[in-house]
Amino acid sequence: MLSRTADHLYWMARYIERAENMARVLDVTYKMSLVPNAADSEAALWEPALQIAGNVEAFEASHVEYTAANVIHYLAMDPNNPSSIYSALRSARENARAVRAALSTETWENINTLWLEFGQFQAVDISESSLSEFCDWVKSRSHLFRGVCFGTMLRDDAFCFVRLGTFIERADNTARLLDVKYHLLLPDEEEIGGAVDYYEWSAVLRAVSAFEAYQKIFSNTIEPWRVAELLVLRDDMPRSLHACFDEITSILDQFSGQRSREPRRVAGEIHARLHFGRMEEIFQDGLHEFLEEFVTSNNQLGMEIQRSFLNAH
Amino acid sequence: MVFASSTDMDMASRIPFDEMHAHGDAVREIYRVYDAWLKDGSMQQLERKRQEAEVLFRRVGITFNVYGEASGNERLIPFDVIPRLLGAAEWQMLSRGVIQRVKALNMFLHDIYHGQEIIKAGIIPAGILTNAQYRPEMYGVDVPGGVYAHIAGVDLVRTGESQFYVLEDNLRTPSGVSYMLENRKMMMRLFPELFRRYSVAPVEHYPQVLMNNLRAVAPPGVQDPVVVLLTPGAYNSAYFEHAFLAQQMGVELVEGQDLFVRNNAVYMRTTEGPRRVDVIYRRIDDDYLDPLVFKPESMLGVPGLLSVYRNGGVTLANAVGTGVADDKATYVHVPDMIRFYLGEEPILSNVPTYQLSRTEDLKYVLDHLPELVVKEVQGSGGYGMLVGPTATKQEIEEFRLRILSAPGHYIAQPTLALSTCPTLVEQGIAPRHVDLRPFVLSGKTVTLVPGALCRVALKEGSLVVNSSQGGGTKDTWVLENA
Repeated sequence: MLSRTADHLYWMARYIERAENMARVLDVTYKMSLVPNAADSEAALWEPALQIAGNVEAFEASHVEYTAANVIHYLAMDPNNPSSIYSALRSARENARAVRAALSTETWENINTLWLEFGQFQAVDISESSLSEFCDWVKSRSHLFRGVCFGTMLRDDAFCFVRLGTFIERADNTARLLDVKYHLLLPDEEEIGGAVDYYEWSAVLRAVSAFEAYQKIFSNTIEPWRVAELLVLRDDMPRSLHACFDEITSILDQFSGQRSREPRRVAGEIHARLHFGRMEEIFQDGLHEFLEEFVTSNNQLGMEIQRSFLNAH
Repeated sequence: MVFASSTDMDMASRIPFDEMHAHGDAVREIYRVYDAWLKDGSMQQLERKRQEAEVLFRRVGITFNVYGEASGNERLIPFDVIPRLLGAAEWQMLSRGVIQRVKALNMFLHDIYHGQEIIKAGIIPAGILTNAQYRPEMYGVDVPGGVYAHIAGVDLVRTGESQFYVLEDNLRTPSGVSYMLENRKMMMRLFPELFRRYSVAPVEHYPQVLMNNLRAVAPPGVQDPVVVLLTPGAYNSAYFEHAFLAQQMGVELVEGQDLFVRNNAVYMRTTEGPRRVDVIYRRIDDDYLDPLVFKPESMLGVPGLLSVYRNGGVTLANAVGTGVADDKATYVHVPDMIRFYLGEEPILSNVPTYQLSRTEDLKYVLDHLPELVVKEVQGSGGYGMLVGPTATKQEIEEFRLRILSAPGHYIAQPTLALSTCPTLVEQGIAPRHVDLRPFVLSGKTVTLVPGALCRVALKEGSLVVNSSQGGGTKDTWVLENA
């Protein structure tokens, strides 16, 4: 397929996934803000959301006040923030429009409808009562997007690039979420177990739809290291790093020829760490270091995919 | 662009021919069933269907960007829910007429870029070789099957029960066929019951016919040709159509940047490396195709493309240089082309046209400017144009001077009373002027699917059907047994 087409498909999927993850973080942060004494200040509560999105500096440059309303607007609706949900969905739709001929009609119409529906949220102030509704809408549109791709697209290279975009982005987001939260919650590896910690960790789990899975697997109190294990090493957790790389490596296996070699090698290296790694060792070397390293190599893989397939000449 | 007025000489003081009611209140035979259906329903129902269509068209994204506006401002071309009906016999005649015309035009294009027999025979003046649309680069170049205009959009207008005229031949990159196809899909969804009452000839196979033709004109010796559709990009006003046709034909939709030339061949950049391209259905004008030959500043084209094309390494559809055949200066000669190349009498008439290069025509036109439409040759879209009946005295006098300074640059035509078709407007159902553009496809044979784009001037009394000036579209139903 055309390199340009592959590029648009890959980024279309990444942007949809990015919007979904942003909505998840916003949703749980907002719910957390309703728990009494959840944080010392609004800033302390909302800054992590900006950190996960990698937006702290840009936000501080554009807004003076760290209020919930400002952060929510910035992360959800601000057209000047390139990683706001607004910007991500607009980019997804523009990428889709550029290659609508390569998408199944239903996939295209689904993304186009998403964009048309988005207008209804722009007209209202979503910071209070309707934030959850908005976040649910983003999540369900993202589910629909994946479903319509899965249910209607030919299993050719186009489909592979869409899936590749989804899982590279998802792995990045899960790693950032866990890193930021783990850092914040365990400043000196002190004892935990308070009510706020419980809500914080359950919020992390809910942000990646893993709360119920956690209960099912461990049926025990929420322990940070178990949360980390669930989101890093468990291959049966659909948003875990391991699960993402199971998908990525198997997608890359489907491309034949020289071009897929280097991306496949890089992905294999990352996959091996997740597949054969042990949580104890990861903790010994530091979870933060591990996650930081992961985000970097995941980025490298993204660049390798870009170089090998998307900017190919 | 199409104009009519009450001053039309033949039609003075008569209402224009209406597709549903002819000149009176009686309903034409083919519309009887529709009329009965319409009377059974309510205006509110019809209006609801119109709104439903708009929502669906937005979802499908049959929109176009308006240049200079933000990406959010995508517009819809208005769609009218009342179809235009054509009887089987009417269609037979129109269809034979446009096929005959396109055959002759293709033969003319071959001739004008080879032996120029038609000039030698004294039928067309040699001056045509200095027309800006004549491409000397094409002289002596053989194109597969001798096909130049693979896709032709012939604009037809009607003034009476059996009076049809060809207003214009579009042989460069005619657009609008996606509306013919999407309008039909929409009508079948909105009004399935009408399709049970009428046998409407299907049009959905258009992309298949086009694809077969494009494969058939691949360079000689290519077994399994790779066909692509070349678009100027997502911001072009016809981008929807480009994407739609590429998808329907299962071919890559490429931009200039996706193609490159190497070793006398054209390749596209794919995720698996370069892939040879054999046939390019291009929706980019000649001027932008190859910066090495035409406009050097063009970013839309492919450097070196024309050299490969001239050597037969790739087929372009439509061919380069077809503009010389659809220019207004050439239009007047098409009936003679048909006689010269085919030895037949033209089935469809031209609109009577005065050539101002002729002294007697010039005199008549200058004496009758308020009644006539004067068009500039080598121009399109209504810029160098005078519409006598609606122009002010001053505009007429200014145009008179322009004509006198270069009479050969102009033609003139009587203003025609275009037929009307009932159309849903704010005040209810009212007659609005329409035209018809069937799409003629040339490959091994010349064919067309039984249907056409019907454009409608939505403003009361207006005769301008162009979408850029408030025109809309209608579905056209060719009835199989009426």
